[in-house]
Amino acid sequence: MFWRRREPEPPPPSDEPADTPSDEPVVVPPTTVARPRREAAGMGLRARPSGLGSRLRSILGAGTPATDATWDEVEETLIAGDVGAATTLEVVDAARQRMEREGGRTGEDARRALATELRDRLAASGSGVFELGPAPSVILVVGVNGTGKTTTIAKLAHRLKGQGRSLALAAGDTFRAAAVEQLRIWGEEIGVPVVAQRTGADPGAVAFDAVAAAESRNLDAVLVDTAGRLQNKQQLMDELAKIRRVIERRLPGQPRHVLLVLDATTGQNGLVQAEAFSREVGITGIVLTKLDGTAKGGVALAVADRLGVPILFAGVGEELDALAPFEPEAFVEWLFAE
Amino acid sequence: MFESLSDRLQTIAQRLRGTARITEADLDAALREIRLALLEADVNFRVVKDFVAHVRERAIGSEVLTGVNPGHQIVKIVHDELVEILGGQRHHLGLDARPAVIMMVGLQGSGKTTTTAKLAVRLRREGRRPMLVAADVYRPAAVDQLVQLGDQIGAEVHTRPVGTPALEVARSGLDAARARGHDVMILDTAGRLHVDDAMMDELVRISGSVTPSETLLVVDAMTGQEAVRVAEAFHARLPLTGLVLTKMDGDARGGAALSIRAATGLPVAFLGTSERTDGLEPFHPDRLAQRILGMGDILSLVERVQENVDQEEAEAAAKRMMENRFTLEDFRSQLNQIKKMGPIGQLLQMVPGAGDMAGAAQAAVDSGQMKRIEAIIDSMTPEERRRPDIIKASRRRRIALGSGTSTAEVNRLLKQFVEMQKMMKMFSSGKMPRMGGGLGALLGR
Repeated sequence: MFWRRREPEPPPPSDEPADTPSDEPVVVPPTTVARPRREAAGMGLRARPSGLGSRLRSILGAGTPATDATWDEVEETLIAGDVGAATTLEVVDAARQRMEREGGRTGEDARRALATELRDRLAASGSGVFELGPAPSVILVVGVNGTGKTTTIAKLAHRLKGQGRSLALAAGDTFRAAAVEQLRIWGEEIGVPVVAQRTGADPGAVAFDAVAAAESRNLDAVLVDTAGRLQNKQQLMDELAKIRRVIERRLPGQPRHVLLVLDATTGQNGLVQAEAFSREVGITGIVLTKLDGTAKGGVALAVADRLGVPILFAGVGEELDALAPFEPEAFVEWLFAE
Repeated sequence: MFESLSDRLQTIAQRLRGTARITEADLDAALREIRLALLEADVNFRVVKDFVAHVRERAIGSEVLTGVNPGHQIVKIVHDELVEILGGQRHHLGLDARPAVIMMVGLQGSGKTTTTAKLAVRLRREGRRPMLVAADVYRPAAVDQLVQLGDQIGAEVHTRPVGTPALEVARSGLDAARARGHDVMILDTAGRLHVDDAMMDELVRISGSVTPSETLLVVDAMTGQEAVRVAEAFHARLPLTGLVLTKMDGDARGGAALSIRAATGLPVAFLGTSERTDGLEPFHPDRLAQRILGMGDILSLVERVQENVDQEEAEAAAKRMMENRFTLEDFRSQLNQIKKMGPIGQLLQMVPGAGDMAGAAQAAVDSGQMKRIEAIIDSMTPEERRRPDIIKASRRRRIALGSGTSTAEVNRLLKQFVEMQKMMKMFSSGKMPRMGGGLGALLGR
């Protein structure tokens, strides 16, 4: 697997004020009974062997010369991983040329050329390091419906809190039924305040409130949730651009990050999504979710390659700690895992 | 997806026009295009492989038939294959049990909860009394979401306190539905990965305890190569009866539908087409097949048009149309050209989307209505044809007398011509009205 196992993190600092100021529309209702937990299958999945490119090794047998047929099989593997026909053809062509330039001809040479080619393309999309800027950093989370934006915010909040950061969440999905409640429940579980208004409220206003609260209370970061929207609905994309403008106007230089949440099971439409969100709100990084199944998320490679936007995190399970920093090298191995 | 495929096929057919025989190289090039179009539409690569192999086989086997137009022949083979995969009739839910249970399953974020509410809206319209059961006990606020949707659409939602296992929620839901006289129960379940054995076991137990009449797999239309594996895994554990393809209002090509259908034979029952609770439509494979077939026929339509239409005249008319200067004179010459191309009903049958208009148009011709329209226009002076607005009461009487019709018919034609002009204005400004609306109106539909 290509994500780093989460390092044991220090316990959250105790000086974090748990209560919330009364002048903000923040509500964290107590729940009496815990939600049922899924059995820990997710953990088991994460431990599944990746094969470390075993499939690639079997295609490109070390000593035997790389033939057209072997390259065809490489091509097929990439396409099966949702990398997309166009990007795949480019990558395979470039890898072949690289191999020939370097005078290689065996399967091992081909494997090296291909790995280098893929790594270079991922590296060219910039640093994959997620850092907060001067407080407060605003992180806007966007994407189409059902990719896992709210869950990703919860995981990211959990992660930042574990690093001793102070933060707030903004319930900016005021459209979907119970999305606000969903974020509130997470906020309560993680122990971070949630700025929320009622369902149907103006998401820009929610974002404004959250940024103001973060500023007045000197928080390190505020994570702004947004409603899922299909990228071809211009009116909804305009709304998102407005949310961004509201944040920018309140705090110049923000949002520090605009994260596009991309579902790993998504096919070639992922590229269209990334292009549209990038055009409307300028994404700075990608979170690739639901990578605990068998989907390879290869479209993220195409996105990183075409748009030059780095993949920052991988969502690898249902638990709060199932968000791992993205590692290009391991991702390439993952693409070729059985 | 079929739009992109249609574009490519047209290119292929065009390229092969005029060649008497398809060489192996032609066929390879055509198949490469088809392969790319299908892969870009996210059709599973194995399905694409089989598909292309079948098309090649049939193309080579049908060599004897070459002579018509080899390009069209390939296009036709592709269509036939597509139709074969998509199947014929639409899937009707079998809900005879009282209460009948519909179980919704799928990956996280595919749209199960939303689809549950949409399905309830549909069933109520059909006169049923559905009860919704909120058995997604894992995602925070998933139960709240269904309760709120139930409120919105006025449907009863069965819930159990937080902490109740999903199996217990489903079982008690069935008891409640029975006790309260609901004829359908729609069971929402938590999203889960097909490789999560523990969670799949839970679904199997729930399914065994409520014996659903329908088990619908909810699939995101944007799903890529993984769709087949997901569907096969759910199908292996549960008695799936159909698919719901969601987020069809996006711009994904939806190749997943073709892949899953090819791999499992499961029918697509519904399409999710908006975020509103009424955004669920039945899927008509035969209509889609017709559209795909229509696409092939439009190629022959194009050819027939090219053979019969005076190119310069047509271009001039098109230009006037775009500039909104289309007159009755132009219309009259178009009627002439259409007549040259053959029976209008057959012609319209070839226009995608205009198939249902064909019968009415042919009837109009058969009943002599078309002739009457021509007669009316022929009885006008050139000036009147160019500027119909000068046709006032006395001119109308004269035209009616001259054409052997009534002033009422003249009035109708003039009114409908104005409508048609408006429609063309919309066309040229980029707002597409329903296809064939203008001509349909003129033919008195």
